[in-house]
Order: sequence, then structure tokens, then C-alpha cells
Amino acid sequence: MIRLIGILAGLFFSVALLWSLGNGVVAVAQQGYLKEATAESEFHLHPRELDLQSNGPFGTWDLAQLQRGFQVYKEVCAACHSLKYVAFRDLKALGYSDAEVKAIAAGFQVPGIDANTGEANLRPGLPTDYFPSPYPNATAARAANNNAVPPDLSLMTKARHDGSAYVHSLLTGYRDLNTFSVGGKHVKDEFPDFSTPEGGHFNPYFANLNIAMPPPLTTEGQVTYAPGQPKATVDQMSTDVAAFLTWTAEPKKVKRTQVGWPVLGFLLFATILAWMAKNQVWAAIKPKKPRAA
Amino acid sequence: MSFPWAKHYEPVNPLMRYLDEKLPLPRLVYNAIGGGYPVPRNLNYMWNFGVLAGFCLVLQIVTGVVLAMHYAANAGVAFSSVEHIMRDVNWGWALRYAHANGASAFFAVIYLHIFRGFFYSSYKAPREMVWLIGVVIFLLMMATGFMGYVLPWGQMSFWGAKVITGLFGAIPVIGEPIQIWLLGGYAPDNAALNRFFSLHFLLPFVIAGAVILHIWALHIPGSSNPTGVEVKKESDTIPFHPYYTAKDGFGLGVFLILYCALLFLFPNYLGHPDNYIEANPLSTPAHIVPEWYFWPFYAILRAFTSDFFFIPAKLMGVLAMFSAILVWFFLPWLDKGPVRSGHYRPLFRKFFWFGLIPAMAVLFYCGGAPAEEPYVMLSQIAATYYFLHFLVILPIVSMIERPEPLPYSITEAVLGEDKAAVLGENATPGV
Ligand code: HEC
Ligand code: HEM
Repeated sequence: MIRLIGILAGLFFSVALLWSLGNGVVAVAQQGYLKEATAESEFHLHPRELDLQSNGPFGTWDLAQLQRGFQVYKEVCAACHSLKYVAFRDLKALGYSDAEVKAIAAGFQVPGIDANTGEANLRPGLPTDYFPSPYPNATAARAANNNAVPPDLSLMTKARHDGSAYVHSLLTGYRDLNTFSVGGKHVKDEFPDFSTPEGGHFNPYFANLNIAMPPPLTTEGQVTYAPGQPKATVDQMSTDVAAFLTWTAEPKKVKRTQVGWPVLGFLLFATILAWMAKNQVWAAIKPKKPRAA
Repeated sequence: MSFPWAKHYEPVNPLMRYLDEKLPLPRLVYNAIGGGYPVPRNLNYMWNFGVLAGFCLVLQIVTGVVLAMHYAANAGVAFSSVEHIMRDVNWGWALRYAHANGASAFFAVIYLHIFRGFFYSSYKAPREMVWLIGVVIFLLMMATGFMGYVLPWGQMSFWGAKVITGLFGAIPVIGEPIQIWLLGGYAPDNAALNRFFSLHFLLPFVIAGAVILHIWALHIPGSSNPTGVEVKKESDTIPFHPYYTAKDGFGLGVFLILYCALLFLFPNYLGHPDNYIEANPLSTPAHIVPEWYFWPFYAILRAFTSDFFFIPAKLMGVLAMFSAILVWFFLPWLDKGPVRSGHYRPLFRKFFWFGLIPAMAVLFYCGGAPAEEPYVMLSQIAATYYFLHFLVILPIVSMIERPEPLPYSITEAVLGEDKAAVLGENATPGV
């Protein structure tokens, strides 16, 4: 009885599935394609690889680079983007002294309360404060940026596929829509209707190819690096800020792998011992003849 | 319980003797996982996964309880409380990665445990009850995993919760009120987050209770084994301790190596980047995908794209998704053949390796892929096979199949001969 009901239920589901499949096949046959091609599907670019010292399971932080990246963030990106999960005190991990951290914090205005009147005001930051948002609220941010809110950057490199490489590619990826081509095909020829809206900027690394952020890094030397540091080309600044944002997204990344390897080493050792112990225990009842297939 | 030749617990020192009189807990342990539990001598490593699942459950409870000390179940701060754990709590990052990847490890282990059951037909009598409780455990695990994923309140948390609770809306008439009642609102928000946290904390202990029943039920017939031939006599078994404690100990080591490699070296590999974006009800992610361990069932849900007579496609998807697991409850009665192990079932074995396994692989793959062609068509084909396999093929195969000859006993299977073998005793398979 159960088997009979089962067979009927099985046929019910499979016929319903084949009905869906049939309709799908008919639709595809009528359209003549499996999936409609769009400007996004044809011209979106995957991030180019980015070689950072912190990459991979053996990575370590390049503190000089992180400091340069922080400088780029502070002097360029901070005008629009917050970094709300990072406190000024965290910067000590980049090699800054207590005094330097204090000075950096004091350079930012954070929301406070007037000690005499109790009114909301702005005060210089303290090391325990978090990086503030340049806008009082999302509406203000939207109003200042063509109706797009600049996202918080703290977790950016974890919140996108290939995060660090993506940030670098995005920052260096602005192109001219009219001349952009992939494999000899021009966007304009393939999708004449595709355009960049008012206040948008064409960038094939961005999901829908039009980003509301104007190119933030445009000229060599836009940020003045300390003597002895690499030349501040657009590519270098983009790489540095991507490295910095890799750190802000996961300040414990290097510690994590540095703890991980000894743990794995110990486990390997313990597992070999367990293997030998197991063999020793089982030796007592090992069959003398090999077991018949 | 157990076999007549099982060793008896004999406390040696006075303290243990005293304890045994007042509260025989050591006796219970001895009889459950000690020298007092005789186990078939031929278990392979597929029989390791039950113990590993138990380990994962303990791991999840321990890491989860500590995480709960730092987590705040409030839609306004849940996301940042998780970042607080990652950044400021001592070893908080290790704790959170251990719990998140622990869930994946748990499901990986459970899938292998279940597929062991499929191949060796462990669900057959006399272990039906073990299997039924197992399926209940799996359903509880899915509920726990789903609600746990909502807690960090990222984009996938929110939209996953919205899609899954939205499934109830497919039920005619009463669906929508049920959905609103479950969520405590029209969309996931504080009310939903709080109740999910409460239940996510509770369910693992319910699972622990179910695991006790699972093992209790198992210890009545005792474990099956790769030949599927039942234990006949003492030479077929060995005491659980030290033999299987040693073997499972090695298995645990291998498991821990893989798990720690994931946890310490690639902790976000199985996660989705969108969950590092705080939940935003106004911005829908391009592709809403659940965690990998739900993919096969998510693929079945999405495979129904056309209404079937008067049944809307969405309702068909929901029915099929739940039925895909519910059919497991009926396996002991759908697959009637007397022989258990796939090693001696030539026809069954072909359908297992060349039907069920590829179909599951396709469903896993398509569940994680975007809902577009060719993935939808592939999941339609694989899901069709899935239902046919359990509901049509298994019943028929078990009726017409002619199993290969079984060894007389486990002893014969291991040693190559069994002096006590009676000629022809197993000619009609049934033991
Ligand atoms: C003039 C303001 C402005 C400045 C300066 C600026 N950004 Fe942006 N940024 C935006 C806006 C607006 C968006 C949102 C774009 C959108 O959604 O279309 C954005 C988005 C982004 C994104 C997210 C893209 C995505 O995938 O969603 C990243 C990454 C980013 N900015 C990095 C930077 C970095 C690094 C800097 C400094 C080098 C910087 N931005 C400087 C305004 C700015
Ligand atoms: C928290 C989850 C679970 C735990 C801790 C657990 C634990 C165990 C343990 C310790 C065993 C004995 C060792 C072994 O045979 O591997 C076992 C056996 C078994 N389990 Fe589970 N289990 C769990 C979930 C499940 C699920 C979800 C199913 C099936 C849907 C299942 C089905 C079975 C069956 C059929 C057996 C007997 C196998 C045999 O003797 O051949 N279990 N389980």
C-alpha cells in the first residue's frame, strides 16, 4: 500500500517537473537563446588579480603600505565614506604611536554634546572613538552624491567577491563608454540603448557598469607620500588603499593564519599518533589470512 | 539490550562501586560506548560519522553558548554586535568562525552519515526507529541552521529569512496569516530576530535529546555493518572500547584537520560576501542564495516554474521541497528487499552510483547557482530523477532484484572462512 501511494506520489512530482521542463524548453526554443544577453552580462569585467603581501594563508601585513593606504583613505575617501567599525585606537596595529593616534583622532570631528548647554555639537575625536561618517544621515549623503549613499568601507573587501582585488580594479577601472570594448566588441555597437545616466560614471568592474562615485583617484601625487615611499601613482594609491581596506575588514586576518598553522601542525602530529595507536589496538585481532573479496 | 556475550561492568575501586550502587552512570557509559557494547568487527570508516556528528553537536553548543554571551539579538545592533565579537572580544573571531564553519562541518558529516544509510540500507528493519529519529534530527538541524543564519542580520540573513518564511505564503487561504504570525510582522524585523534567537538557542538541546533516543534505539539491535549480515555470535563482534574508540579517535583527528584548515585558513570560503553587508529591507541582493547545505532542496523548490493544473508553481515547489525530505521517512517501507548492503545488490548499486549521486550533485550545484537557464532545466531533470529514485525505482528494484550471495557471517567476511558455517544457510537471503 505504501509502495503504491509512493509510486503515485513519485509520478505526480515527476510529471509536474517534466511539465515545467517542457514549458521551459518551448520558451527557450521560441526565444532562440538560453539566457538573454545584456550589457551587464557581456561587458562586466572580473577584478584583475592584486598581489598583496597579506594574501593567502601565509600572508603578513606590510605596515608601511597599510599606513600609505590609511593616508589615502583619510585624505580622499573619508570625504564621502565612513569607517564605522574601526576605532582610532585600532590604528596602533599599523605601527602608529599613542601620540600619533591621538593626533589622528583629534583631526576628525565626531558628534558630541556641549557640556554647558547639552546641545548636540561636534568635538575633536578621541582614540576610543570610531571613524565618523562625513554626513549627518543617509538622506544628506544621498543628497550630496546623486542619490547614492557612499557605503561604509570597514567591511568592503569582505562584502564583495575578490574584495581586495575588486577595490583596486574599481578605483582604476573608469573607462570611456564610447570607446570601451571587450574582445573587439564595443558596448555602443552591441547595446546602442545602453547609456550612463546623469551623474553616473562608466566602470565595467561595477555590477551594473554605471557607478555614482566619481573617480576618486585621478592624478599622480594626489596624496603626498612620505620620502622613501613608492611614487604615488594612481595604481599605487589604489593598491595601497585596497591593502588598508583588507586590514579594516579583518584586522585579525594575519593572527588567524599564524595561530592556524601551529594548530594544524599539532593536529597532524596527534592524528599520526592516533593512527599508530589504532593500528596497535587492532593488531590483536588482525585476520591472519587476507579477507576474501 | 545488546548480546548475551557483552562484558559486564565491574567497578574495581570502592568509589566506583559506591557510585554504581547509587547512580550507575559509569555503567551506562560502559555499556553504551565502552567495553560493554559489542560492535560488528568489520565496520568501515563510514561508521565513524555518527560519532563525528555527536562531536559537532557538542562543538556547536559550546561555541554557541559563548557567542550568545556577546551577541545582541536586536535588529538595530545585531550586525555590529557580531563585528564587536570579530574585533574586540578576546578570541571572538576564532569563536565565531568556529561556530559558522562548525555548522558546515556538521552538515557535511550528517550528509555522509545519511548517505551511508542510503547505500547500506541501514534504514531497514530492525533499525527503522533509528532512521526515523535520524530524519527528525535532520529536520531539526535544518531549522536550527536556518535560524542561526538569520542572527548576524546581514543581507543574506534578511533576504533568506524573507524568502523562506514567504514559502508559507504559498499555502492557500491560511498561508499569509501563518506567515505573519511566524514572523510577528509583515517582514522579518526585530520580533522575528528575537524569536529566531530564542529558538536557535533552544533547538540544539532538543537535538541532543533526540540524539539520545537515536542511540538508545540503535543499541537495541546494535549497529549494522558493511555486509548487512546481522551479528550471529561472539566472533562477529568486538567491544566498542578499545577498538572503535581508537578507530573513531583517528577519524576525529582527520576531521579536525580538515575543519581547522577551513576555520583558520579559509573561514569565509563557504559564506556569502553579501552577509557582510548589514540587512537592508530596501535593497534586494542580485541573487538570494541560502547556505550550501540547503542547496539541493532550494533547487527543488525553484525547479517548479509552471502551474500544474490548478496548483500554482510556487505551491508545487514548496510541497516538493518538503516532500523531498519527508520521503526519507517512508524508506524502510518503500525499499522492501531483505538484503541491506549495496555491496550485494547489483541493480540497486547502479541506481545509487549512477542515479542518486549524480542527481544530488546536480541539485547541489544548481541550488547555489542563479535561477536562470541552463540551471533551472538541469535541476528539473535532477529533481525528477530524485523523486523517481525514492518513490518508483527503489520499490520496483527491491521487488525484482536478485541479490548476490551473502557471506555466512561477519566472521566469514573478515577471516575468509567461518568454521561454524552451515552449508546453504544463507542461500535465501534474509539475514
Ligand atoms: C565624492 C564622494 C566619494 C569619494 C571621495 C569616494 N567615494 Fe567611493 N563611493 C561614493 C559613492 C556615492 C558610492 C556609491 C556608488 C553607487 O552605489 O553607485 C561609492 C561607492 C564606493 C564603493 C562600493 C562600490 C560597490 O561595489 O558598491 C567602494 C569600494 C568605494 N566607493 C571606494 C572608495 C575609495 C577607496 C575611495 C577613496 C580612494 C572612495 N571610494 C572615494 C562616493 C565617493
Ligand atoms: C545530531 C545528529 C546525529 C548524531 C549525533 C547521530 C549519531 C549517531 C551515532 C553515534 C550512530 C552510531 C555510529 C554510526 O553508525 O555512525 C548513529 C547511527 C545511525 N544514524 Fe545517526 N546521528 C545523527 C543524525 C542522523 C540522521 C540525520 C540520520 C538519518 C536521516 C541518521 C541515521 C542513522 C542510522 C540509520 C544509524 C544506524 C546505522 C547502522 O547501524 O548501520 N542519523 N547515529
